[in-house]
Order: sequence, then C-alpha cells, then structure tokens
Amino acid sequence: MDSLPSLLDGLSITLILTFISLAVGFVIGVTLALGRVYGNKIISGVCIGYIEVIRGTPLLVQLFILYFGLPAIGIVLTPLSAALLGLSLNSGAYQAEYLRGSLQSIPSGQMVAARTLGMNKLQSIQNIILPQALRISIPAWSNELIYLLKYTSIAYIIQVRELTAEGKFIAAETFRFIEIFVIIAIIYLVLTVLFTAIIDKIEKRLSIPGIGVGKSIGLRNA
Amino acid sequence: MHMLEVKDVHKSYGDLEVLKGISFTMEKGETKVIIGTSGTGKSTLLRCINQLDSPDKGKVWLDGEEITNPATDINKIRQKIGFVFQEFNLFNHLTALRNVSIGLEKVKGMDKEKAQERAMAELTRVGLKEQVQQYPAQLSGGQKQRVGIARALAMDPMVILFDEPTSALDPELIGDVLDVMKTLAGEISMLVVTHEMGFARNVANEIIFMEGGIIVESGPPKQMFQHPEKARTKEFLGKISTLYGKE
Ligand SMILES: Nc1ncnc2c1ncn2[C@@H]1O[C@H](COP(=O)(O)OP(=O)(O)OP(=O)(O)O)[C@@H](O)[C@H]1O
Ligand SMILES: [Mg+2]
Repeated sequence: MDSLPSLLDGLSITLILTFISLAVGFVIGVTLALGRVYGNKIISGVCIGYIEVIRGTPLLVQLFILYFGLPAIGIVLTPLSAALLGLSLNSGAYQAEYLRGSLQSIPSGQMVAARTLGMNKLQSIQNIILPQALRISIPAWSNELIYLLKYTSIAYIIQVRELTAEGKFIAAETFRFIEIFVIIAIIYLVLTVLFTAIIDKIEKRLSIPGIGVGKSIGLRNA
Repeated sequence: MHMLEVKDVHKSYGDLEVLKGISFTMEKGETKVIIGTSGTGKSTLLRCINQLDSPDKGKVWLDGEEITNPATDINKIRQKIGFVFQEFNLFNHLTALRNVSIGLEKVKGMDKEKAQERAMAELTRVGLKEQVQQYPAQLSGGQKQRVGIARALAMDPMVILFDEPTSALDPELIGDVLDVMKTLAGEISMLVVTHEMGFARNVANEIIFMEGGIIVESGPPKQMFQHPEKARTKEFLGKISTLYGKE
C-alpha cells in the first residue's frame, strides 16, 4: 500500500510519454506522409530516408543515441525529454506510414475532381484528401496508441521513472516481484482496453457511410 | 471570338499518338456531342481542354483567353469549365449539399451560408431536394451523377464537359440524368462525350465523330444521321444506333 503513490507517479509519467509522443508523432507523421506522397523527388526522398532509418533501427538504440550520444555534441537531455523526443520521432515514422497507406488508398478521381473545380493542390489535399485519409487511419492510430503505451516502458532503461521502472524499484525493495508486476500488467491491460473503447467511440462518431469500410492498414509488427 | 476554340491539339502518351490534330469551336449555349470508338482519344481531348492533361502541341482558348499558355492561372480557368465524370467522382466524405457547396466556399470564397443556399438551389434543379444530406455511398448512381452535374453547375461555368456521364449507370437510371441534361441545353454550353444517340439526335447542335485521333466528320445531327459524307461515319452511326437504340 505504501507503494501506491509511487506507482501513480509512474503511471502519470507513462501517460505523459504516451500521449505527448502520440500527438507530436502525429504532427511529424502527417508532415512526412504528405511529403512522401505529394512532395517532389527531394522532399519525398528525405521523408522516405527518415522513415526507413527510424523503422530500420531499434527504439532502444534511438533512445541511447539521444540520451548518451547527444551529450557528445554538447546537447544534454533529461531522461524524460530524451524519452519524449525519442518516442515522438519514432512514432512519427510509423504514423507517417499508416497515413501514407490511407492517402494512397483514396481513389485518384477525388484529386482530379477537386482540381477540376479549381482548387489548387494544397486546397485539394486539405479539403478533400486529408479528411478522408485521416478517418481511414483511425484504427491504425488506435493500435499506435496501444503500442506506444507499452513501448514507453523501454524508457526505464534511460532512467525515466515511468510505471515499469517504479514497479521495479518497489519490487527490489519489497521482494514482492509477482504481486507488483501482476498489478502493473493489470494497469497496462486496463488502459489498453479503455483506450481501445474510447477510440472505437470516436471512430463511430466520425464515421461516414462508405468511408473506411474494409480498408486494412499495415501495422507495426511488434 | 468563339466561346471555346480548340486548335490543332496533339497529344501522345509515349509512342502512342492519341490526338493527331483536333480543331473545333463552340459558341455560347451550344451543345456538342462527341462520339467515337473506345480508345480513340475522346477523354484525352476533354482532359486537354481543361488542362488536366497538357497538349503536346496546339492551343485552346476560352472566351478569348489562351488557356494552354503556361502563364495563365489554370485554377482560375478551371472554375469556368465544369467537368462531369463517368465515375461521378463525388467527394466521398461530404454530403450531397457539401459536395456542391465546397467549390463555392473554398474556390470562389463565398461564405458558407450563401454557398449552401446556392447548392440547395442547384440540387433542387436536378431533382435532389430530398437527398441533400445524403452521403455519396447512400445515393444511387443516377442520383450521384445528378449531384455531379449540380456541383458543376454551381460554379457558373461557361461550358460543362461531360465524359460519358451515363455509361456507368444501370439502364433504368440513365433517363433521369439525360432528362436533367436536356433541361440545361441552350442555357449552358455543353460538350458531351456519349453514345446515347437519342440525346445526340434530339439535343445536340452538332455531332463530332472522332476516330484514330482525328475528327472524321462533324455536322448537325440530321445531316450526320441522314447524309453523312464519309462511309465510316455512316457505318459507325449505324452500328451504334442498333446498340444504343434510335429513340
Ligand atoms: N494517362 C495515360 N497514359 C498512357 N496512355 C493513356 C493515358 N490516358 C489515355 N491513354 C491511352 O490513350 C488512348 C485514348 O484514351 P482515351 O481514354 O482518351 O480514349 P476514349 O476515346 O475516351 O475511350 P473510351 O471510349 O474507352 O473512354 C488509349 O489507348 C489509352 O490507353
Ligand atoms: Mg473515355
């Protein structure tokens, strides 16, 4: 029971990591996906390069580079900011790929019709393509949220005191490994179920007849 | 000055020369029908007119303005050229009403209320007053195409290009769309690729027969049906009339 406050502290760090990374990753992801699909050769190449580097290297290595590597060039990050940055940069690459899949699944006639009305490319993307692609991506984001929730536990390796780290401290002090980690597992599980339910609700509310039905999107294989 | 002038338009895709010098003109209020076999470049010609594709050679003028000139603001020009697609291409995430109003809002800068009022009027005109809040997936093909027509009309274009507007429709729905198009004839200039011979015969001022990337023959429907100059025209019209009915 004494350990409850520190578990709650850990939980709040976990939630902060999850949601901030998801949000910042969203901005990065939308930018990268649009750059990759609609950018010229150079822009598209830069976006592909970023995405492939992130997806081709372990998250842990990325965190190590940010936390232990950056000080070598004079940039010292706190554990929490290194983790936030790492998770955001990482999630951005994955989110970009989900959105790219959605963007490319929009029939080309949608863009043609928008241009025909006299919209420029940017207006067409903003008013016609993105609203459809973002909706189609909601299930993928639901998954990303849940992956992120669990990936945040990796941050304990760079000294971030999130939920799993707090659990480890408590367990080491009390030797009650089983109880502590079962409690922690249950917390993750409850959050996962809760998040999934909330996003399902949002998806239903935003759903439009004929959009996103039967579209499948390649997900992280964790 | 013609409302629309197409002069010596050429277009190739790789080695395939699709358009081999197309020229014709259109005046305000005219309806012209383009017919021709599949793959002969009818869609390509329409796309070369509103610059969805740029011609390799030749020029297009709308209302005296050379729109093939790279310096013209093509987004401005496209507002004046409506386009109705075979596959409708309605915006899937928008209601019928928003499909029609979005161009007015985002392109013409009209305020939302005014745009929706106008959209409402156009949808009523095409007989879809009851369906304004429906999404495309909830509409029949014939209804979708009428939304497509309303969307084009709302922009107050000088001319509307129709690319086989009824060929994706079930036969029983074709009539609704053609009826709407008939009511527009004379009021608005229309350039229509279609094989609906009844429409061509009764509504068009001129029929243009294309084959092999050129205009083989063109003329008023009566002349084209009764005294075509070219044997090939006669053969094609004979074939197509048996296929699509003479009305
Ligand atoms: N973007 C493109 N790239 C390559 N080839 C094309 C392209 N668009 C059209 N073509 C080719 O150009 C030719 C003419 O096509 P187009 O669609 O203009 O014909 P059409 O007369 O409209 O035929 P249909 O009656 O089947 O619609 C065809 O052989 C087609 O394969
Ligand atoms: Mg065609």
